[in-house]
Amino acid sequence: MTSSTLALPLRPSRALRDHPLVTRYAPVLAMVLALVAIWYVAAVAMNWSLVRDGFEREETPYTMSDVLAGTMDAERPLLPAPHQIAAAFLDSVFGYPPLAPRSLVYHSLVTLSATLLGFLLGALFGIVLALLILHSRVLERSLLPWIICSQMVPVLALAPIFIVVLGALGLHGLLPKSIISAYLCFFPITIGMVKGFASPDPLQLELMRTWSATPRQVLWKLRWPASVPYLFASLKVAVTISLIGAIVAELPTGAEAGIGARLLSGSYYGQTVQLWSALVAAAVLSSALIALIGLIERTVGRRMGVH
Amino acid sequence: MPKPSLSVPDEPLADSRPGRLVVDAQNISLTFDTADGRVEALSDVNLQVAEGEFVSFIGPSGCGKTTMLRVIADLQQPSSGTLTVNGMSAEAARLARSYGYVFQAPALFPWRTIEKNLKLPLEIMGYSEIEQQQRVERYLSMVNLTGFERKFPWQLSGGMQQRVSIARALSFDPALMLMDEPFGALDEIVRDHLNEQLLQLWKSTGKTVLFVTHSIPEAVFLSTRIVVMSPRPGRIIDVIDCDFPTERSLEIRETPEFLKVAQRVRNGLRAGHSYDE
Repeated sequence: MTSSTLALPLRPSRALRDHPLVTRYAPVLAMVLALVAIWYVAAVAMNWSLVRDGFEREETPYTMSDVLAGTMDAERPLLPAPHQIAAAFLDSVFGYPPLAPRSLVYHSLVTLSATLLGFLLGALFGIVLALLILHSRVLERSLLPWIICSQMVPVLALAPIFIVVLGALGLHGLLPKSIISAYLCFFPITIGMVKGFASPDPLQLELMRTWSATPRQVLWKLRWPASVPYLFASLKVAVTISLIGAIVAELPTGAEAGIGARLLSGSYYGQTVQLWSALVAAAVLSSALIALIGLIERTVGRRMGVH
Repeated sequence: MPKPSLSVPDEPLADSRPGRLVVDAQNISLTFDTADGRVEALSDVNLQVAEGEFVSFIGPSGCGKTTMLRVIADLQQPSSGTLTVNGMSAEAARLARSYGYVFQAPALFPWRTIEKNLKLPLEIMGYSEIEQQQRVERYLSMVNLTGFERKFPWQLSGGMQQRVSIARALSFDPALMLMDEPFGALDEIVRDHLNEQLLQLWKSTGKTVLFVTHSIPEAVFLSTRIVVMSPRPGRIIDVIDCDFPTERSLEIRETPEFLKVAQRVRNGLRAGHSYDE
């Protein structure tokens, strides 16, 4: 009796603390809250002189609290406050029909289509390169320096060249962007798959030899399934890179649509809030893409007996 | 039974009189050049194995017993000497899928279920779906693993996994089984149990078995012949015939005859070692 009455007040709090949702998300939530708090402090500090100068230019009397309030809803702040970004983001996502040119959904879809096509091309190209490298030492020695060089040249310098050359060939719009995106994202896939294709146990390879399996059978029944974990790891890296590639490709082209275009016009007109909400859209997009690949990975993993 | 895609003339196989040689090795030598100089893994090894024999190779590490098995399997090539396996060259025998190889580790494919693991060599050799299914059932029941078809390898114990790998080697019905310390990584009790099972399998299938081991009781219990080897250079120092009754159980290990053979193997191993010291 006494013990149960004593235990009663403890029970709800302990149950709450041990709840799986709490143990899983509490650390994340704490981190987010801390970041938001730091952000607000930074927004006040960075926008302070901007807002004060504004009051002084207009020669209106002001108090400290006026300036403080001003740092929270300036039209073109140096650093917009989180709630400004959230409001602008929600407004540009839900405030317009999805395909209106002012809708962030529309711009995200434009960038997403270039990302997905680029990712597909890059993944195929990356896997084919890995197969070629696996196939012959000579190819490895002749291809690998070029592959590494290709990643050392800044894509921002290459993108205009790609656009001009492909434009001269009559390719506009989606494809040049996808090619730049593919150019960036094939690399981690090649590196990952070279390792993946070489990952089977020597005993498994020798077993295939004792069964006198053909090289093609060794590839499809051993090397390919053995490389699946490597494939998904490199796909996750590649998909974010291909999104960056698609956005970067939108910058030098003066594209009219896409997250890159929003970033460009935002920075051109000093629309920092628009800039930040485009960044949020890019972050949401890449998280969604990684989550999607994670989901496919788990589904494939279950079928392949991953525990 | 479907023909292997790389078929070889059937002539030598047609000759099935008893005592036909499955392995005939004459003066096999194998040397490696390593950073520390030349290593003689095998030196002038002669060995004839007749159909239906169970031959064990025993000896300390580095005596070339595994190398000998690998040479027979065409996983390594001898530096000199002549070798025929099933009446043809080692390479032709491998291409004709004349042997099943069992390694010390089960080497199952972790992404395949037990059933699919058994089917792997059959898929590679082009057996029909129906035939594959029949063989999976037959060989899984032969190693007492019926009911585990849909399990993944990690769901089975080490001993069970090794039984799957034996079933996999048997599944395409090769004339010869090459087993490289298949029970070396298992504990004594499991090993005893599998030894009895392997003996049953050998009797019921009539296969020729070449078996590498570290264990004297295992070699004496299983074999019709024991090849004692010694290292540096790897060579055969004694060949001992064991003719225990075919119906034998583990208790035979307590009999004086058994102990006498075991003693001779031990003496051979000791003699081989003193050479080294």
